[in-house]
Amino acid sequence: MPKTMVEKILSRSSGTEEVAVGDIVESKVDMAMSHDNTWLVAETFEKIGAEKIWDLDKVVVLLDHRIPSNTLEVASSHSYIRNMVKKYGIKNYYGERKGICHQVMFEMGHVVPGSLIVGADSHSTSYGAVGAMGIGIGASEMAAVWTTGKLWLKVPCSIRIDVAGEFPQHVHPKDLILKVIGDMTADGATYKSVEYCGDATAKLGMSGRITICNMSMEMGAKCAMVPPDEGTRQYLKDKIRVPYDEVHPDPDAVYEQTINVDLSDLVPMIAKPHTVDNVDPVEKMAGKAIDQAVLGSCTNGRLEDLENAAKVLEGHTVHPDVRMLVIPASTEVYMQALDAGIVKKLISAGCLILNSGCGPCLGAHQGILASSEVAITTTNRNFRGRMGSPESEIYLASPETVAASAIKGMITDPREVVE
Amino acid sequence: MSELPLPYSSRMSGTARLVGNDVNTDVIIPGRRLIHRDPFMLARFVMEDLDPEFGKMIEPGDIIVAGKNFGCGSSREQAPIAIRYAGISAVIAVSYARIFYRNSMNIGLPVIECPDIIGKIEDGDQVSIDLEEGFLQHKRGSLTEELEFRPIPEFLLDMLKDGGLVAHLQKQLRGEG
Repeated sequence: MPKTMVEKILSRSSGTEEVAVGDIVESKVDMAMSHDNTWLVAETFEKIGAEKIWDLDKVVVLLDHRIPSNTLEVASSHSYIRNMVKKYGIKNYYGERKGICHQVMFEMGHVVPGSLIVGADSHSTSYGAVGAMGIGIGASEMAAVWTTGKLWLKVPCSIRIDVAGEFPQHVHPKDLILKVIGDMTADGATYKSVEYCGDATAKLGMSGRITICNMSMEMGAKCAMVPPDEGTRQYLKDKIRVPYDEVHPDPDAVYEQTINVDLSDLVPMIAKPHTVDNVDPVEKMAGKAIDQAVLGSCTNGRLEDLENAAKVLEGHTVHPDVRMLVIPASTEVYMQALDAGIVKKLISAGCLILNSGCGPCLGAHQGILASSEVAITTTNRNFRGRMGSPESEIYLASPETVAASAIKGMITDPREVVE
Repeated sequence: MSELPLPYSSRMSGTARLVGNDVNTDVIIPGRRLIHRDPFMLARFVMEDLDPEFGKMIEPGDIIVAGKNFGCGSSREQAPIAIRYAGISAVIAVSYARIFYRNSMNIGLPVIECPDIIGKIEDGDQVSIDLEEGFLQHKRGSLTEELEFRPIPEFLLDMLKDGGLVAHLQKQLRGEG
């Protein structure tokens, strides 16, 4: 039987020769990641009463959501996590030093093509950027994985998105994924696997692939993947030293739906409050005044993103009525941006640089919105109250669009600012 | 964490609390509230960004009736925890986001998928559910209607009966599973 990528990975991880859509399989997990919510994972693990973690090589823990701790409650839950890390001997523990979990997972070589990775974070779909199956699970389920190393999964049907063409100037993977989510709607891929295929996936770059796999979650996807290619191998060359088996879809694999996207037809896109599928071309919202601009997150906080924004900001300053926050996705990205002079450009333009982490994305700290304030951000969700007051508004867009809007003090199509 | 306020029962009944489509986990329990580790504390803020009065109006046993894609967004398990500890006995929705569905069952909150409820159940209706038989009934004045839903897979029902994933695993570790 020809297989899709997800069928191959679930077949291998469950030791089942033939899997069919709708089958429930028990799969062995290759890697398990949790962040600040590890307190709940560990507390649940203690309650289960297992003596030890199933495989210490396969567990990753770090802190990224609220770092450094911003309240006494957070400080005590972080402290509890550190104690549990010591108690159970978790060796792949990075504390708050490395940055956002998904980015760090790639950088540390924990994301191996063809593997099954569970994360106690919904944006674990990101791992598909190198052709791994990444799925989000809750804290109790992560505690169960710590105990048994296994997880039941339903074999999902798959949607194929065939990408062709070339990005026009000032149009980016973020614009592509916003367009796709707008067309598919917020539950258009629920319970399904999304596979991005076609030669033009090479044009996405690795950073762009992470962006689109990450945000596929916002149309409900169980997982999202791009088949590995030469770009993937180059990207992983210095990160993974063990041999691995790439997974590719069979030519006659069965998809529930195939969608064709021509990159050449895209324009800068924006998601309007309060759902990610409420998408329009940026030019339709042009002129809307903003109070805060955010550049960062697991979706768009990589070197390419910072670079794109810095290019737009060069020779300009952030509008006096706007505060622009920049959060490099990881310490490694931060240092690369320092070396490349990008950080200096951003600071000179009036940006505030924050430590690598999730920052204001989930409204925990570092840039909470007041009532009636408006933010434009490169993050992944614009739900009501996500970044602060339920009366605030969040718009999602690419780093270039965010930078252009920060200059003008209002939502701006980047093609208007950059020649 | 404290024990669940409601033990497992295959039958439950309560007042319908209607919410719309695409209710996400950020409005079920906002990120700013996740600093609380006490589930009863979380329950105080349930749905506050959707309706600040929502939590205060809940009577123990009430049933949330939702549209499509209930629980979309973050993987935070605190979302079903806040709902459960607020006294909600079950959720009926047209459809769910997958992580929320799993999290709910894992913490012992029964979640039922029933596309037939669209336009049928109103806020305040009396709803009763038979989890194992796979049907629900709703009453409003003289109207009584019965709707079927896709039965919960047996292995998930077994987990619910045990009180959720933790209790289920404890049982397995004791060799009773």
